[in-house]
Amino acid sequence: MNRTKGDEEEYWNSSKFKAFTFDDEDDELSQLKESKRAVNSLRDFVDDDDDDDDLERVSWSGEPVGRRTRPGSFQSLSDALSDTPAKSYAPELGRPKGEYRDYSNDWSPSDTVRRLRKGKVCSLERFRSLQDKLQLLEEAVSMHDGNVITAVLIFLKRTLSKEILFRELEVRQVALRHLIHFLKEIGDQKLLLDLFRFLDRTEELALTHYREHLNIQDPEKRKEFLKTCIGLPFSAEDSAHIQDHYTLLERQIIIEANDRHLESAGQTEIFRKHPRKASILNMPLVTTLFYSCFYHYTEAEGTFSSPVNLKKTFKIPEKQYVLTALAARAKLRAWHDVDALFTTKNWLGYTKKRAPIGFHRVVEILHKNSAPVQILQEYVNLVEDVDTKLNLATKFRCHDVVIDTCRDLKDRQQLLAYRSKVDKGSAEEEKIDAVLSSSQIRWKN
Amino acid sequence: MRYIANLVNADKMAGRTRKYKVIFSPQKFYACEMVLEEEGIYGDVSCDEWAFSLLPLDVDLLSMELPEFFRDYFLEGDQCWINTVAQALHLLSTLYGPFPNCYGIGRCAKMSHELWRKLEEEEDGETKGRRPEIGHVFLLDRDVDFVTALCSQVVYEGLVDDTFRVKCGSVDFGPEVTSSDKSLKVLLNAEDKVFNEIRNEHFSNVFGFLSQKARNLQAQYDRRRGMDIKQMKNFVSQELKGLKQEHRLLSLHIGACESIMKKKTKQDFQELIKTEHALLEGFSIRESTNYIEEHIDRQVSPIESLRLMCLLSITENGLIPKDYRSLKTQYLQSYGPEHLLTFSNLRRAGLLTEQAPGDTLTAMESKVSKLVTDKAAGKITDAFSSLAKRSNFRAISKKLNLIPRVDGEYDLKVPRDMAYVFSGAYVPLSCRIIEQVLERQSWQGLDEVVRLLNCSELAFTDMTKEDKASSESLRLILVVFLGGCTFSEISALRFLGREKGYRFIFLTTAVTNSVRLMEAMSEVKA
Repeated sequence: MNRTKGDEEEYWNSSKFKAFTFDDEDDELSQLKESKRAVNSLRDFVDDDDDDDDLERVSWSGEPVGRRTRPGSFQSLSDALSDTPAKSYAPELGRPKGEYRDYSNDWSPSDTVRRLRKGKVCSLERFRSLQDKLQLLEEAVSMHDGNVITAVLIFLKRTLSKEILFRELEVRQVALRHLIHFLKEIGDQKLLLDLFRFLDRTEELALTHYREHLNIQDPEKRKEFLKTCIGLPFSAEDSAHIQDHYTLLERQIIIEANDRHLESAGQTEIFRKHPRKASILNMPLVTTLFYSCFYHYTEAEGTFSSPVNLKKTFKIPEKQYVLTALAARAKLRAWHDVDALFTTKNWLGYTKKRAPIGFHRVVEILHKNSAPVQILQEYVNLVEDVDTKLNLATKFRCHDVVIDTCRDLKDRQQLLAYRSKVDKGSAEEEKIDAVLSSSQIRWKN
Repeated sequence: MRYIANLVNADKMAGRTRKYKVIFSPQKFYACEMVLEEEGIYGDVSCDEWAFSLLPLDVDLLSMELPEFFRDYFLEGDQCWINTVAQALHLLSTLYGPFPNCYGIGRCAKMSHELWRKLEEEEDGETKGRRPEIGHVFLLDRDVDFVTALCSQVVYEGLVDDTFRVKCGSVDFGPEVTSSDKSLKVLLNAEDKVFNEIRNEHFSNVFGFLSQKARNLQAQYDRRRGMDIKQMKNFVSQELKGLKQEHRLLSLHIGACESIMKKKTKQDFQELIKTEHALLEGFSIRESTNYIEEHIDRQVSPIESLRLMCLLSITENGLIPKDYRSLKTQYLQSYGPEHLLTFSNLRRAGLLTEQAPGDTLTAMESKVSKLVTDKAAGKITDAFSSLAKRSNFRAISKKLNLIPRVDGEYDLKVPRDMAYVFSGAYVPLSCRIIEQVLERQSWQGLDEVVRLLNCSELAFTDMTKEDKASSESLRLILVVFLGGCTFSEISALRFLGREKGYRFIFLTTAVTNSVRLMEAMSEVKA
């Protein structure tokens, strides 16, 4: 046994530890004959006493001493030694035989905790009374070492009913946190849920239950599991999110099955031209919407896979819808669809273009999808903020827009600068020259 | 543990007898032992501990390589690593003498310090009478300053970490950086002479510096044209190797810069930084919120969107309920409904919260008050006060002058304060705290700041009367970041060191950045 110097001093100086051994041949004993004599003289006081519990029997090296006779039956021992033939077999009323402690390990809670921090082997079994257990826990918490706190909690979990354990931890926040983390780490879902139920932490209860879905791979099973999550005590907003999660997966399963069928049948053009790269299962809503706008754009509201249906079911805001639809149609280079997204008819029957997301955003997406310059130009023109418009037009080389805007701004310098960037002898160069030489414009610079 | 148990049990079932050894680093936890026992393999495996606690990543940087520290402590409240920290401090103090002055702020700092002191007491005599080599130790909890950790980094080293992800002091540069078809793993520390000169520089200076260096290098190469045989021989044997080395490093870093530039332009980095600065300074909050909303709608990046929301939350004392609901819904729609769990984590850690209307607070109060018993009264108020924790960033920012007032342009080439690490917009809070405490050699005059940081009772000084401390050692400061530290903070403190004549040594549980922080909080496996 390895002990630090400090521990040893304490051990020997503590009155709790009295040592004797029947083995007189032990050399180390000879050094402490005095104590041995003192101890042996106490033997008579020791029998059947309530103080028995405090008396520990160890050898000098601290190892438990193998007993040849039981301490409580000194009567029989002295009988045996005195060679009395009479032996008593009648049952004696006394302490349970198992209760005589014949091994060392009587560290105090603070010593025990110190040993635990060092990673030493330490049996906690002797902390049997609730008071002792709680004292041990308190020592562990004041030591601050989470590993020790968890070690004590492992012991408490094993030796206390969960009701008692929960009740005591309810008012001990640090220990409670450690228990919760420990249960999470070892995956004791059941006890964790019981704990949250006991603590009336309804939201955490719901979230812990919900978290399980991440471990279910099969889509049908996951869907069924999500259904069970719907009635859980989430907050009002979260309940709606859970409901949406379930509904989304439900739809995705239907769409996936249907589309896989269509794809393999090979009759549908869109799937032939753009084969699917991945399944739609477990994708976020926006991704699902993109997919729907890509593969099922023209479908009526009635089908599960139509974009409009998704929009309605999940209350997707207009902004998000337009953005996603634009991205999908632009990818397919379906410029007419893009047009239609932004065209509205006013009450006089005139068409007008508007966008809930800002036309600069539209232009960027179109450019990303290599839209032809004419299309790009049209939308750049619609950008409201003049500086942004000019920047984008210059960046994407929409000559007409640049020229027209510079003219409107009466900014000659800007136009001249742009002229140096265009191709020599091109139509745009001509146009610039024409504008520059126009006498009708009162340039500001 | 269960994985190991499954392997062993599978072998047992198949009748294979093998010897198994499990090596725990840095230490074995009792919970692990329990699982081994539970799975019936306790006797079949032998366990060793490799008490590896400190990895020197550089001449002034020690890492404990415990990235899990952040989540374990700041999300789950598990104190399992506090002993590890205390051991590391103990190791350092046995090597470098007692530390005469010790400061700290934060609950974890306090606990680590207490446990460390206990360790020192138990094994005393080892440091008594030694000359201290390090004059000051400063312990800081990560949650004292989340803002700095969430910002985009613009010093070269930080940018490399944000872009390429530095692991244990080295980075994997892909083909686009190495200009070849191979990837290269490069060690980034003071040994790399080129790196060492640019690491703390603001990115705007780096390119210019590297091109200048490239020109110098070319000039040196060109010298060989005018050489005779003897000179050439000398050149080849003495200088060429060094030049080649420098050339290799230069081209690597230039490649890295180009790669960074490309990525940042694509991401519209300019706009992003503008939004961050607005949040830090407290202007155009509505616009910033709209920017974040758009960022989410466009599905740009789940981690980036989250980070921006957290920055908004912390600088503004929580999102207004309308924004919180709307941004959360949009986030779940864009990145997946399972992130409901991520939001719950962020809320618990105090990174993304909702501004509490008066009612909510009183409801919590009555619920918690039911649990109060005499014995645990103190502990409950502790727990409760963490619920009611407000961020107070703006007040702190004002008090500590974190947003420099600039007349004219902020010169990034010749920085005049630590704010240069964020382009002059913001002095890292953590660094400012360290600066102030070191100046005062105490927390005097900082009471209000400490209160605003929710650290009343958690800021401490521990000075031992140490006559032997030389003036040299008093200039050496060990800064301990509990929960991680960023390269920006390191650069800022190196600058402070040069300014004030200090030398800083950094000990961190792990090097971190905004991406790692967000990933730690994300519940969803990628």
